Amino acid sequence: MSVAGESRSTGMRHGINRRTLVGVAVFLLAVFVVIPLLIAASGRTDFYYTLTSVALLSIASAGVWLMFYIGRINIGQGAFALIGAYVSAILVTKAGMSFWLSLPIAGVFAAGVAVLIGLPILRLKGVYFAMISLVLTQVVTLAALALPITNGAKGITSIPLPGEVSILGLTLIPDFATMENSRLAFYYTACVLMVLTFAAMYRLVNSRLGHICRSMQQNEELASSIGINIAYIRVIVFAISSFLGGIGGAMFGAIAQSVYPSSFQVADSINFMLNCFLGGLGYVFGPMLGTLVLYFGWDLLFESGKYQLLIYASLLIFLMLVLPNGLLSIRLDRLRRTHR
Amino acid sequence: MSALLEFRGVTKRFGGLTANHNITFDVAENEIVSVIGPNGAGKSTLFKMISSFLPTTSGEIRFQGERISNLKPHTVARKGVVRTFQETTIFKSMTVRESVIVAQHLRATASLAGYFWGSKAARADVQAFGEYADELIDFLGLSNIRNELASNLPQGHLRALGVAIGLATDPKILLLDEPFAGMNHDETMSMVHLVRKVRDDRRVTILLVEHDMSAVMSISDRIVVLNFGEMIAEGTPAEIQANERVIEAYLGSEDDAIGV
Ligand SMILES: Nc1ncnc2c1ncn2[C@@H]1O[C@H](COP(=O)(O)OP(=O)(O)O)[C@@H](O)[C@H]1O
Ligand SMILES: [Mg+2]
Repeated sequence: MSVAGESRSTGMRHGINRRTLVGVAVFLLAVFVVIPLLIAASGRTDFYYTLTSVALLSIASAGVWLMFYIGRINIGQGAFALIGAYVSAILVTKAGMSFWLSLPIAGVFAAGVAVLIGLPILRLKGVYFAMISLVLTQVVTLAALALPITNGAKGITSIPLPGEVSILGLTLIPDFATMENSRLAFYYTACVLMVLTFAAMYRLVNSRLGHICRSMQQNEELASSIGINIAYIRVIVFAISSFLGGIGGAMFGAIAQSVYPSSFQVADSINFMLNCFLGGLGYVFGPMLGTLVLYFGWDLLFESGKYQLLIYASLLIFLMLVLPNGLLSIRLDRLRRTHR
Repeated sequence: MSALLEFRGVTKRFGGLTANHNITFDVAENEIVSVIGPNGAGKSTLFKMISSFLPTTSGEIRFQGERISNLKPHTVARKGVVRTFQETTIFKSMTVRESVIVAQHLRATASLAGYFWGSKAARADVQAFGEYADELIDFLGLSNIRNELASNLPQGHLRALGVAIGLATDPKILLLDEPFAGMNHDETMSMVHLVRKVRDDRRVTILLVEHDMSAVMSISDRIVVLNFGEMIAEGTPAEIQANERVIEAYLGSEDDAIGV
């Protein structure tokens, strides 16, 4: 429960809490029951892939959102997604490891890389950090092209689908290769991961670390003068962010059953950041909505052919001008009005 | 009484410019000491060195006999030496109460993970932070604005909020940066009252820097005067007011009279 929140009128707080609870229930029902039923009824199974992508991209975007929360614009999430994808692919193909074990390792590895490079680069602020994080994606792409273990431009292909997980003969997760509908299985996996990610994010933001992040976003000097080790917190947050990037990337690799140096590019890094902007930097669920809207928006514009990018960019600029606090601010404004 | 804070030959150079030269003086426990001097005298620089926001060029600053210069700001705060800032340095989009709660960082007993999972220690901390925040807010007379956003507060309240944030860390010595700047007579008097109250009721030693001499006369036990980075005088308010070099320094600067 939010310490900060308690200061506001508790009556209103509880009202929103009940609302939030209902909202969460509706959301879970929609994601895990209604959408699969609708897709089955309509026969548009390609939607599984689309929605799975949205779920995974929103996980990576959540990390970028957390960096915004300490006042850093991270345009390097593509680098960590790529690292995660390669780590998992290499462990599965070369070491014969189960995908399910390689997944957390990919996240932790990405977080480890973030700790190493975070110490020096996190001192930078504003546009300087943004630029260096942007360069990072390019550096990782080039490294993937050059290193022997990543197999250069040919990438890593024919990655086996995630295998079975069982404890004492009891099957917890069936072998994806034997399934008739592995798309549905991936959809469920991605959604479970997304729900876990955002539940953890919600908790984090409303716990002490979240308050510390907010204090750093607003004034690093003051934060350090009240005894906060800002360098340490920045590294922790960057590691969490990169962990989420690594998880998202590893999942993508498993679905595509391949990883290339171009699997995540600078454009992806930029999109992760735009997802956060669009959803709203002040709302922890912002990246989810932002990713959904941006992903579908891009697809819808596909018809417009060579003008796609132009229309897309203009719409984004327009949206950010009318809604500087993101799409979720519409909902919150309305709530606030009904409570007055 | 032994010294709580000691300055020993503290010198700071910025390239060719000497902002502080060989500053040596002591602050005893439970004293209110003011460092004054015209604009550009080197007061802020000295303050930044105490809180390790700037490294010294030579000399050292000791707190309870331990060197605190050339460390990290958060390490110095951890030892009980905490600075406040001028009013623009606040947590703008936090309320008064949220700011005072987050500032109790050093009082935390649970780990960050403990707060995440909601451990017993963390829940006890959260409860204690809230209670102590309310106590400090009442103590500083901010009760009716506790849920105001900091960015909506007038200047006088912002100074008090700055003190509240500083006090929330449980400091042994509080460093106040120009607490009376830009205040009219009444505001200055109520701030003087507040600073005294902090010292008397909460036993916090006070070191403050001020540009305006008149404001510090009534509040200080002792005054240290800087001019062009040099320490030109040290003594009681009465001694300082009568000091030739001080009068000269202040007459020499265009913008301020000595304030007597
Ligand atoms: N970071 C810095 N780099 C170079 N010169 C500085 C820096 N900070 C302060 N100075 C110079 O040091 C002198 C003392 O400044 P300061 O400590 O801010 O004085 P005061 O607070 O007494 O007005 C001034 O001449 C100022 O220009
Ligand atoms: Mg100054």
